[in-house]
Amino acid sequence: MIASEAGDGPLFLDPSADRARAHFRTKRRGLADKVMTVAEAVRAFVADGDYLAVGGFGGDRIPTATLHEIVRQRKQNLGFAGHTATHDFQILAAGNLTGRGRLLAKVDAAYIVGLESRGLSPHARRVMESGEVDVCEWTNYALAVRLRAAASGVPFLPARTMLGTDTIRRSAAKVIACPFTGETLVALPALFPDVAVIHVHESDRFGNARIRGTTVADLDLARAARKLILTCERLIPDDEIRREPDRTAIPFFCVDAVCEVPFGSYPGNMPYEYFSDEDHIRTWLGVERDPAAHRAFLDRYVFGVSDFNDYINACGGLERMRQLRARELLLDGGR
Amino acid sequence: MDRPAGYNAMELMVCCAARLLEDGAVVAVGTGVPCAAAMLAQKTSAPNLVVMFEAGGVAPKLPTMPVSVGDSRTFHRGLMATSMCDVMETCGRGLIDYAFLGGAQIDPYGNLNSTLIGADYARPRVRLPGSGGACDLATLCWRVIVVTNHDRRRFVEHLDFRTTPGFLDGPGAREAAGLPPGTGPYRVITDLAVLGYHPDTCRMEVLSLHPGVTPDRVRAATGFDLAIPEPVPETAPPTAEELAILRGQVDPYRYVIGRAPREVLEGSSGSA
Repeated sequence: MIASEAGDGPLFLDPSADRARAHFRTKRRGLADKVMTVAEAVRAFVADGDYLAVGGFGGDRIPTATLHEIVRQRKQNLGFAGHTATHDFQILAAGNLTGRGRLLAKVDAAYIVGLESRGLSPHARRVMESGEVDVCEWTNYALAVRLRAAASGVPFLPARTMLGTDTIRRSAAKVIACPFTGETLVALPALFPDVAVIHVHESDRFGNARIRGTTVADLDLARAARKLILTCERLIPDDEIRREPDRTAIPFFCVDAVCEVPFGSYPGNMPYEYFSDEDHIRTWLGVERDPAAHRAFLDRYVFGVSDFNDYINACGGLERMRQLRARELLLDGGR
Repeated sequence: MDRPAGYNAMELMVCCAARLLEDGAVVAVGTGVPCAAAMLAQKTSAPNLVVMFEAGGVAPKLPTMPVSVGDSRTFHRGLMATSMCDVMETCGRGLIDYAFLGGAQIDPYGNLNSTLIGADYARPRVRLPGSGGACDLATLCWRVIVVTNHDRRRFVEHLDFRTTPGFLDGPGAREAAGLPPGTGPYRVITDLAVLGYHPDTCRMEVLSLHPGVTPDRVRAATGFDLAIPEPVPETAPPTAEELAILRGQVDPYRYVIGRAPREVLEGSSGSA
């Protein structure tokens, strides 16, 4: 039998659809030019204490440039949706236990700390084992459904997952009976992040955006977030969007900032553009074993650079990007 | 460890996993052994096996081993690149036959822990990734296959945290908790044996031991009472054809089969 009828984990955000509606009513929705730098976007739209959610899949199509900027601007006490979070979580964890306060304060955990087959992040482990971050357990699907509930404008959606586990006991979900069949279901509260960051292939200056490859949970995330920062590989003309409107994945009225950042998912994979830089990620994981080496690494690659382009150059610049593009397009024989 | 010459434990595990997948089945896989097993099955006994990844990749022609279950290899020349909800909802409608999972701990009923090691939730000794998609897949796919190393640290009577449902506390428990009828753990493939579950007790039992492995050795590596049939069948070793395809076409750079068994699945869930 299940351990309890409801999880006793903390619910970090208000699931009220009506209060979200009241916010969205005030959101600027007209066609406005939203192009700015990443530093400007983070200053304007990421506040201390905000709850943050990130698009992509951990190390695939992730908004690396914005994550670095959030760490560089020393944002404090953020909440975070740990949905398929791998290298993105590793970056944010660099804001904890490195002498710069506490960036992460609350984490909804579906997948954190690990980098899939690459192993666990020693520093993310230190942060999550320290007790300085409040945690609530979920699953990848459960967090995706929570975003879909928010995107749908309802306070919860039912799903069949987590039943019979400690995962639900440490979640903030509730067990309910289907009003039609009587079957056991799990009620998952809507998740309206204060701010979301998503990296896409192309966007116009208003925020009409195109994504190639898998969308993970990003179509719902874009619609669920109270504020949304988009970074894109390329800005494209509005006429181009209007020529093929069926390709628009995220509409302008969800978007607050548009930042053009070529190679913006590096060292993550960007489908059809460049593969992940496994050497750089392995180096990052390696230095984390030694806190002093980790701090020196962060000083060099995150705090000591002025913007993401500096970081790209520190990592090998265009020549390295050319190699990763060859790898993505299998021009290197798939090695 | 002593192995009959000609193949290593990892190659045998991949072959055992591949043989479970019948032609036309649909399987949700992660990186590593499951991916290699699905690719091997496609090139041997199951050319129409459909592979899905939880991030949204459907039916790719995998050119190399993916690094991530969301990287671009997972939909390379695929039939669809979709969303996580779409894949999980496909599981929910009963269209996915098998899910491959791993974990830091497994108990006699096939429940899995990939969340933490230690007794204090707020201050765990080791924080692990959590469910990822494992709990979802183990709830909604018809059959769960676990691939893991076999030692007392992993095969435990009581989990530190029940991340993902197996048979929960025994017969009837999944249905009582509200999990979809007819779903549950199916096989466990380790570096020592192939295991299944007794139909009446739902407890794990040995189906076959790998060549050269004794019953005592498996018992010593298992932290709970484990039924072993007498006489015990021996796992069929890889055929020359399986090995040739595995080494030549599936994993030519030995990303999976070159890993020593003890390193595999170290502290990670089978899917992100």
